[in-house]
Amino acid sequence: MPADPKLAHIATELPAEAPLMACRFDPTGKYVFATAENRSIYRWTLADGKRIAFAAHDSWMFDLMVTPDGQTLISAGGDDQLIWWPAAADAPEPIRKVKAHDGWIRALALSPDGTLLASGGNDRIVRLWNVSDGTKVREFSGAGRDIYSLAFHPNGQWLVAGDLDGKIHQWNVADGALVRSFDATPLHIFETGQQVHYGGVRALAFSPDAKWLVGGGLHKGTNPLGNVQEPLALRFEWESSKMVRQHLTDGNPNERIWAMHYHADGFLLAAAGGGKGVLVFWNEADEKPFHTFALPASARSMSVHLDGLQIATTHHDSKLRITKLAAKA
Amino acid sequence: MKNCDYSCRTAEHLLSRRRLFASLAGIGASAVMPDFGLFTSPAMAAEMTRQQKRMIVINMAGGLSQLESWDPKPGTATGGPFRAIPTSVPGLHISELLPRTAKVMHQLALIRSINTKEDDHGKGAHIMETGRRKTPAQEYPALGAVVAKALDAGGAGALPGHIVISPGGGGGRNADSAYLGPKYGSVTLGGGKPPQFSERPQGLVEDASICANDIRRKLNDRFALRRRTAQTDAYTQSFEQGLELMRQREIFDVTKESQADQDRYGSHDFGRHCLLARRLIERGITYVRVTHSNYDTHCENFNFHLEQVGEFDGPFATLVTDLAERGLLESTLIVVLSEFGRTPNINHLYGRDHWSKAWSICLGGAGIQRGAVIGKTNDNGTEVTERQVDGGHLFHTYLSALGVKSTGSFEIAGQKMPMADPAFEPIEELLI
Repeated sequence: MPADPKLAHIATELPAEAPLMACRFDPTGKYVFATAENRSIYRWTLADGKRIAFAAHDSWMFDLMVTPDGQTLISAGGDDQLIWWPAAADAPEPIRKVKAHDGWIRALALSPDGTLLASGGNDRIVRLWNVSDGTKVREFSGAGRDIYSLAFHPNGQWLVAGDLDGKIHQWNVADGALVRSFDATPLHIFETGQQVHYGGVRALAFSPDAKWLVGGGLHKGTNPLGNVQEPLALRFEWESSKMVRQHLTDGNPNERIWAMHYHADGFLLAAAGGGKGVLVFWNEADEKPFHTFALPASARSMSVHLDGLQIATTHHDSKLRITKLAAKA
Repeated sequence: MKNCDYSCRTAEHLLSRRRLFASLAGIGASAVMPDFGLFTSPAMAAEMTRQQKRMIVINMAGGLSQLESWDPKPGTATGGPFRAIPTSVPGLHISELLPRTAKVMHQLALIRSINTKEDDHGKGAHIMETGRRKTPAQEYPALGAVVAKALDAGGAGALPGHIVISPGGGGGRNADSAYLGPKYGSVTLGGGKPPQFSERPQGLVEDASICANDIRRKLNDRFALRRRTAQTDAYTQSFEQGLELMRQREIFDVTKESQADQDRYGSHDFGRHCLLARRLIERGITYVRVTHSNYDTHCENFNFHLEQVGEFDGPFATLVTDLAERGLLESTLIVVLSEFGRTPNINHLYGRDHWSKAWSICLGGAGIQRGAVIGKTNDNGTEVTERQVDGGHLFHTYLSALGVKSTGSFEIAGQKMPMADPAFEPIEELLI
């Protein structure tokens, strides 16, 4: 069934015990996972809403991934660690802990075949790991500031990382060579009055046909410390690395994009938070969205179910919400 | 304005230490004030060092989070993502954002139980700056003015004793000395640059400038014979201080420090400003305030503290180390403060808001006990549970640590003006 964003509605609310952060659907479609400010990971069974907590990190967890077979969950902490978990266990204990970085690990990406995991964060290095045994494959350097986002090219040959400076770096997965950088600096600001860097490439998404790479975040950050900005996504033509379009929103002050997804039905989808919280839908050719769905609370992360109809978002009010892009049942 | 009895026995006319330095400097080839290390007699340098008390304040503008600095609560609902790390003081942990400061904590102390009950930026800053609540009935001098006045006999011709290094903007003299008079008002070094208008205009040759000032002095002296007032003295002092600033302009130039030192402090503004603070203190300036901006993190508190505290940590630890190694920490009080702390509650923007109920400062040197920790907050940092402290206590404590009797008064036009709020007293257990 094709998704219809104009039919978007909240289908499910899943409560937790603390404000939620990153989220991810399990690719088999059975579970949804989210990290929380109480240093737990929550797993909900979609069929009945049953909740299980995973706890082992000594910090918040900024991202998580589930392997394509749904058997392994990997979490990225602010405690330098990657932790491998049995995703479906009743009483989950870590399978493996790897000190992967010096400082927060902010972003993860899984290769299209699910065998390689990329991680990046505050030490400005991207590292590649074997999913099967947690061994390091290689490192990628060249980012000028903290890594905020990662994505594999659909063909698995290239890895891209977005950083705080508004640069998107492309590396060759096979040999670690830095190939080029895309200029997404409209997503970064150094606010001279407050003396702070703000923004960055907070989300990355490839179109399924790999024609487009989109970086998302914010612009117009005139008061970073006071949450004054607007969402912005930049569309790059992959072949030329030329920025061809800005995607703006329609009257959504104070939001910034936290997550993006290029939907199989051809539209670009972003979750934004900071204001009231919205899901924003753009067509390829348009600057302005063809639809905006107001969430009940500011969003912090997003994951799209394999069916393309269910959108999970996490919220500060300790709830994970699933928005359905189809008519109400 | 009351005519004053300006006999030559008043403190105003005693030879100030800075004037002594200036005189000594004048003997040598350089017009710049010498390092203590340049004195030929180590005993003399040591004595100078021992005698003069000084103060450096680092103002974490906007409100540093106590939870991301001096009083971390990892693993609690309010703790945020950062961990706590051990310090050079056994049993004392601070935020992992301060790894280099952690190594010099044995030189420092913490007060973790401040409750200033004021969540407004301006009013909170006023409490921390004056040790008093803001009232329309009376203006009070800023800490730097009180310290400059209390520690300095500074007569005409001395350099300003109250320097404020700001991250940007211009410069000039500020009206923050209230009844202590303009002599003790701060001079701002905007962007760490030398005071504004401290270069002789290109069109004015030196001989003409000397001549003009000689005429001014003669006229002043003649006027003062019969109509001398505090105002005329302030006028005279301002001119003489201006000339001294011009003569010693290089002491404000941080690029005169060695390249190795500049590298150690870092090329960013805060690093340069910490090095400039060291340079000024070494050259006899009584009080220097450095501002690091900005900590008002209602949004993305953790990202911004990562950035800001990360920038603060290295230069601050370097400054503490340098002062200690140069024997200056015994006489120099160093304080890291804000106008308030930040809420234990983490808002939906990953931010923390204003919070004056339970927050912390770091201080050390001079008469402060090394490695001490005063007060406690509860497990999630929402309340003070032990030894509550207000801004008035802090003000008394600073003065006491500098060897000034904080319950004393300034005599202003025949009226006694308490140096610090008489409703408070020093934190005695923190003092050596």
